[in-house]
Amino acid sequence: MISLAGRDIMHSWGKFVFTGIGLGLLIGITLSMAGIYRGMVDDAKVLLDNSSADLWVVQKNTLGPYAESSSIYDDTWRGILGVQGAAQAANITYLTMQVRQGKRDVRTMVTGITAGEPGTPGWPPFLITGRHITRGHYEAVADIASGFKLGDRLQIRRNHYTVVGITRRMVSSSGDPMIFIPLKDAQEAQFLKDNDAILQQRRRTAENPAFNRPQVPDLLDSVITSQSINPYVNAVLVQVESGYNAEQIAELIRRWKHLTVYTRSQMEEILVGKLIATSAKQIFMFLVILSIVSSAIVAFIIYTLTLGKIREIAVLKLLGTKNRTIVGLIMQQSIALGLIGFVVGKISATLLMAPIFPKYVLLQPLDSIMGFIAVVIICILSSIIAINAALKVDPAEAIGG
Amino acid sequence: MKKLPLQKRTLALVAVIIPLLVLFIYVAFRSGPLAPVSVVLTTVENKSLSPALFGIGTVEARYTYKIGPTVAGRVKHLDIHVGDHVKAEQVLGEIDSVDLDKLIQAKNAAVRRTKAQLNESQAHKDYAQNQVVRYEKLFKVHSVSEELLATKKQELRIAQTGLIAAREELSRIGIEREALQAQRNNLYLIAPVDGLVVSRNVNPGTTVVAGQPVVELIDPNTLWANVRLDQIRSEGISDGLLAKITLRSQGGEFQAGRVLRVEPLADAVTEETLVKVVFDQIPTPLPPIGELVEVTIALPVLAPAPVIPNAAIHHIDGRLGVWQFINGDLRFIFVSLGRTDLEGQVQVLAGLNIGDQVVLYSENLLHENSRINVVDHIQGAR
Repeated sequence: MISLAGRDIMHSWGKFVFTGIGLGLLIGITLSMAGIYRGMVDDAKVLLDNSSADLWVVQKNTLGPYAESSSIYDDTWRGILGVQGAAQAANITYLTMQVRQGKRDVRTMVTGITAGEPGTPGWPPFLITGRHITRGHYEAVADIASGFKLGDRLQIRRNHYTVVGITRRMVSSSGDPMIFIPLKDAQEAQFLKDNDAILQQRRRTAENPAFNRPQVPDLLDSVITSQSINPYVNAVLVQVESGYNAEQIAELIRRWKHLTVYTRSQMEEILVGKLIATSAKQIFMFLVILSIVSSAIVAFIIYTLTLGKIREIAVLKLLGTKNRTIVGLIMQQSIALGLIGFVVGKISATLLMAPIFPKYVLLQPLDSIMGFIAVVIICILSSIIAINAALKVDPAEAIGG
Repeated sequence: MKKLPLQKRTLALVAVIIPLLVLFIYVAFRSGPLAPVSVVLTTVENKSLSPALFGIGTVEARYTYKIGPTVAGRVKHLDIHVGDHVKAEQVLGEIDSVDLDKLIQAKNAAVRRTKAQLNESQAHKDYAQNQVVRYEKLFKVHSVSEELLATKKQELRIAQTGLIAAREELSRIGIEREALQAQRNNLYLIAPVDGLVVSRNVNPGTTVVAGQPVVELIDPNTLWANVRLDQIRSEGISDGLLAKITLRSQGGEFQAGRVLRVEPLADAVTEETLVKVVFDQIPTPLPPIGELVEVTIALPVLAPAPVIPNAAIHHIDGRLGVWQFINGDLRFIFVSLGRTDLEGQVQVLAGLNIGDQVVLYSENLLHENSRINVVDHIQGAR
């Protein structure tokens, strides 16, 4: 049996392929948009994954450390480690800032990690080159997205750090690359003011008669010293021993340590449901609109393609071709067009579009499959409209007009 | 447009469709979540590590002298300035004596008066002595009564006692005068040792309380670095170890030194061990006291043992391990780790053998059934 659809495609294959490619670019943009949305949500999730924590202990009644600022004393972890079932507890600080290297600066999330060994909560779980931090000061591990290279000297506040390791996909919830530095340096970076401010602060303190008392000459020095220390961190990351329920341990810490504790699922809810909710919804709405517009365009293309062949269909009808054959012709062509469109779309989204976006674009296989099903359904539905028009055509049109 | 013959058209279509399909399959399976994870392998080596400790600290003087008055007073004059080198026993300044000099003058007068009194008593005693001798002679020839002789003897004893009293009084006044002089001398601010003036806290005319430092001296030959090491990374620290000291003002250059002592008291708040590191040779020019230093302390070289880079270590299910590469497959092996050096090499005490291949770097997090692609280096990592 001769495939009428195949024959027809062969007849005008150039037009068909180019229509398919055009359609494909449209589908590619839709897939990329889905990837941008997924990437956004993934950014939030990798932040949690990379911290390798089961619990986040933060300042009471705050949504810290990501969605709100939180500060707790840096010796709180000792008490938390004493809670039965807590395997590891480590301090962590987060500070989003511009990190300078030579003349350029990069927006990054500077993360202060507790000294220890790989696997300590908060440490980057894997590297793509270099090594982990071994010194207690002035070393950094940077995400590759920051553009820093091994051996680069970075400036954070007044200190210089040497990049000793590079990692990948370590980003903040807003997609800024992370830079890991030792905790003590990070505490200093977070709270240390610039030298002018420190001088001003000293002068103010010295002029305050309550602190500068002639009878107690050492008092001023003591007050100034106490002003320039920072015993705070943003959160304590806790790993739960296997066999213990994270929620139960969280409840123990809430009850006895008077701190707010979030489990992994609660933290995800905060990040995805609150922190990036509006921007994610924005992208999602854009995705929905783009999908609707794409579907409409696909439908129109198939419809016009069919209408362009209306004379040939009339001839077929005149020749006494069965309706089933005509329906098959249109539907097969429509699906073939959809398939080419999808293939081109997937390729263009993956190879051309995704890499040029500055933020992470996550093209999930499931999204592609759903996209594929949607494309096929849209093609079938739109071909039905075209079929309807084709079946109504008067065979006389073949000779008339 | 001239139509191509059917066969040619089919070929043309195939020429477009086939590459598209190939590209599609490549895209679907070689990129995105389904793509194999690129990994870089390394081999467990038998190496002897030279571990070292790294800390930061500040330059401090071992001996600091805070010189000030022992009583409240006003600074009369201060003859030295910051940066001056002073000698031991040198007078640096003086606290206003107020009425102390007058009191000393009064005491001098009192001494003179007491000396005069002493002379008077001596004269009394001499006279009484002579009288007793004379009356004894007269009594022998019965010219005077016994009673009169007894009276003269008593007068002599009184004169003798008066003389002792006058002598002791002179001694008392003299000592009191010395005490006043000592107080007077105490108002001089005197350098206890040869040193360098690092701080001049007040100017002449200022009133200072007892114990308030007016001048601070250091002994510049005893500079050391007060170094703080994170307790978690201070294993093996002991006295006498060699150290490299880098001053913040001289990044890149280092001074040789050694650990003088490990402080018995650690900082409980900052979780740091405190170590004093002395310079082998005091740098010239003298680094400012309080300058930040980075100190690397070399520990003894360890015996050869299997070592891996710390980037290979992962943490799964609460335990440390590495991804071992065996016949193209990955297996997570739990390891127990030993000492580490500053270059990130870690001893493996158990779990791996020399020559085993483990994953050093990976493009993504690995799982038991990750598909992997062994490469020389991860794309973009150089």
